[in-house]
Amino acid sequence: MELTSLTIDAARSAIQERKTTAAALAEAHYLRIQKEDGQIGAFLTLSKERALEQAERIDRMAFEGKPLPPLAGVPVGIKDVLSTRGVRTTAGSKILDRYIPPYDCTAVARMEAAGAVVLGKMNCDEFAMGSSNENSAYQPVRNPRDLNRVPGGSSGGSAAAVAADMAVVTLGSDTGGSIRQPASFCGVVGLMPTYGRVSRYGLIAFASSLDHIGPLAKTVKDAAIVLRTIAGRDPMDSTSADVAVPNYVAELDKPVRGLKLGVAKEYFGEGLDYDVRQTVETAIDKLKQLGCEIIPVSLPHTPYAIPTYYVIATAEASSNLARFDGVRYSHRARGVKTLSEVYRRSRDEGFGAEVKRRIMLGTYALSAGYYDAYYLKAQKVRTLLTRDFDEAFQKVDAIVTPTSPTAAFRLGEKSNDPLAMYLADIYTVTADLAGIPGISIPCGVTREQLPIGLQILGKHFDEATILRIAHAYEKAG
Amino acid sequence: MKVTEKDVAYVADLANLDLTDEERSGMLRDLNSILDYVDRLSELDTSNVPPMAQVADRYGVDHEKRGSERFAYASREDILEGLRRSLPHEEALANAPDADDNFFRVPKVIER
Repeated sequence: MELTSLTIDAARSAIQERKTTAAALAEAHYLRIQKEDGQIGAFLTLSKERALEQAERIDRMAFEGKPLPPLAGVPVGIKDVLSTRGVRTTAGSKILDRYIPPYDCTAVARMEAAGAVVLGKMNCDEFAMGSSNENSAYQPVRNPRDLNRVPGGSSGGSAAAVAADMAVVTLGSDTGGSIRQPASFCGVVGLMPTYGRVSRYGLIAFASSLDHIGPLAKTVKDAAIVLRTIAGRDPMDSTSADVAVPNYVAELDKPVRGLKLGVAKEYFGEGLDYDVRQTVETAIDKLKQLGCEIIPVSLPHTPYAIPTYYVIATAEASSNLARFDGVRYSHRARGVKTLSEVYRRSRDEGFGAEVKRRIMLGTYALSAGYYDAYYLKAQKVRTLLTRDFDEAFQKVDAIVTPTSPTAAFRLGEKSNDPLAMYLADIYTVTADLAGIPGISIPCGVTREQLPIGLQILGKHFDEATILRIAHAYEKAG
Repeated sequence: MKVTEKDVAYVADLANLDLTDEERSGMLRDLNSILDYVDRLSELDTSNVPPMAQVADRYGVDHEKRGSERFAYASREDILEGLRRSLPHEEALANAPDADDNFFRVPKVIER
């Protein structure tokens, strides 16, 4: 049995049936990390002690013949914007270089309560701001499918680790596409749940009205198992929704015949790579063959999504990142004499270029005289973008699009042009703004053998339908 | 150019950033290029469109009610110890760059 290529169920049953142990699984993954991660750079911190303690707990349960919980012994990675008690959490930033959280993020706590073994913390763009993982203050992540290319971002480490068999599943966060775009670039499954589906408690905030936690996995079923584990109301996050959590796994095999799938021309326009278009159109044909009805829909405000996103996300970020002030838990500059200098010099030294750029843009958009022209305007366009989806979803059950206009680009290719980098999120930001769920699944490769992602968007709290479509597509091969 | 050097200095001040001269000129270039792109929002007539601050408005909210009552779904009873006990001082202070037994320490704020 190849211990580093198992799915969740396979890992759990192998432990239950005593064919292997949780400890052996964890060790096999650490060995693989040791061998592979030097060239990929997906992990920032390993939490070996915590992992082996948990593995021992699971092995004891298996030894005693107790039924194992859904994620028992499954080696997982956690994006470094999710707080882990006692394990360094940097958010990919130097300003949190030595930060050890005193509490666990709810999603992480729920994963561990379900038996998951946390191997370590995954590299990401600083404060999840980026689309290539090149904004990590520690190291870039390289795409396991082609080491000269980026893994996407900001959950680049989370996607690369799953693609390179260094973890069975990982948790990422998605504010503008940060789960789905790297999943697409690395050829894995990435699910962004509905806003409020998963508690954000313990997630280091980037843009609070847009931040989502979700899984990256090798299969749609694994993503469904993780979502079921982490979803549901949490009194520690007032925006977490009090909406019942269905059994996503049980719903996977329901037929897709007769489901109505929308295709929006706005997602197939200028800037879409030829190979990506061909492959995604072929994927849509396959869904048609599976019995889905393909219906043209229009999402007319799509061209305004990126500017709307970059005003709202940066405005919220400028406010959220004010807490990093060199006083309570972040880096403090040396040799400073006044409190004002503590703030300024610590932030100047601790934040990277993209984070400063976004803080500046957001502060500008919120400042007196510009609030109405930028922030309020963007909030109104956000309403229009959301109405586009409301109207489309009156006619269809889900919408299928490419996840990203191109496959993975080369390291350095876009790092000097912030606007070009922002456009990598053109098909993903709309779902964040509207709060609807979206999944990216592998649907083929370019002529250069680079993975291409198919994105399926669903109605609020209807993850079950997009998972079901994704599962049917995956099964059809 | 919408954003001037003066704006950059003003906004950096609001954001508690100093920025080097090089960073300031880069910021001037980038902010102008991004805001030029953002300006396409003005093509849309939004005079009768309500702003959307958050998604949570769409579920759980009782639209019959006013003010904070509308968001009753998000509230909970006060609990003596809270949902999580408060952190002990040593844990709360453990990440501070400078602290004594009870407090975060910063340079003197009050001038005499």
